[in-house]
Amino acid sequence: MSISFSNALGIHEQALELRVKRAAVLANNLANADTPGFKARDIDFKAALGNQMASQGMEKTLDMAATNGKHLPHGQFGGPDDLLYRTPSQPSMDGNTVDTQEEMAEFMKNSMQYQSSFQFLNGKFKSITSAIRGD
Amino acid sequence: MSLTSIFDIAGSGMAAQSLRLNTTASNIANADSASSSTDEVYRARKPVFSAVHQDALQQAIGGGPMSAQSGSLGVQVKGVIESDAPLDMRFQPDHPLADERGYVMYPNVNIVEEMADMMSASRSFQTNVDVMDAAKTMMQRLLTLGQ
Repeated sequence: MSISFSNALGIHEQALELRVKRAAVLANNLANADTPGFKARDIDFKAALGNQMASQGMEKTLDMAATNGKHLPHGQFGGPDDLLYRTPSQPSMDGNTVDTQEEMAEFMKNSMQYQSSFQFLNGKFKSITSAIRGD
Repeated sequence: MSLTSIFDIAGSGMAAQSLRLNTTASNIANADSASSSTDEVYRARKPVFSAVHQDALQQAIGGGPMSAQSGSLGVQVKGVIESDAPLDMRFQPDHPLADERGYVMYPNVNIVEEMADMMSASRSFQTNVDVMDAAKTMMQRLLTLGQ
């Protein structure tokens, strides 16, 4: 049996990738904290990870069952629906919905979660290395 | 979209905020620049921010479902506008720049507003620096993968 990276690394590879994307979305919110009319956005991490895993043929997520051939597949229209708009807690007069402290908290949380995903991925690599070396 | 795009986003934020700080500095410095005519008098300058949107072509060739929906990539300064708030006309007949009716024109700069703007700009700048620092840490961490 050969070593398959996608099997060995599991969910953590996609998770790390998504964490980076979420970091970019949150960084963009923070950069536009003073832009009039800017709407803060965020990724629904759970849904996004589910979609990515499903698209790579990994374990299927809880999608709606299509019991008829005419049923439309879920999440097909209007492009990928992972990037959502945030519901503002204190909307400002100029239409901006960025709440800097909230975004900063999410950003920090996300970077900690990135660290944990990284740890898991690193652990997987260490396991593979030790399997190759046989020590 | 990758970690490097965070550097671009935070960088654009810093550039925009420093321009805002620059206009504030200019406004405060010129707060008392008197003039004898309405055409020559200094008017408060304000930057106009706008989100940078990824163009359709880039979205199309970007590939992958996630790259098409990155939303926007940073902030840009669309331009600097001059405030059309009413000018400050002061009756100072002894002033060398007084017009024939004895009025001197002063800029429509509101010092209190400018100070508040200055604080807001420097805080936002700081936020962008923090974001860039976090992105740097994440990237450095990534480089140690498998070691």
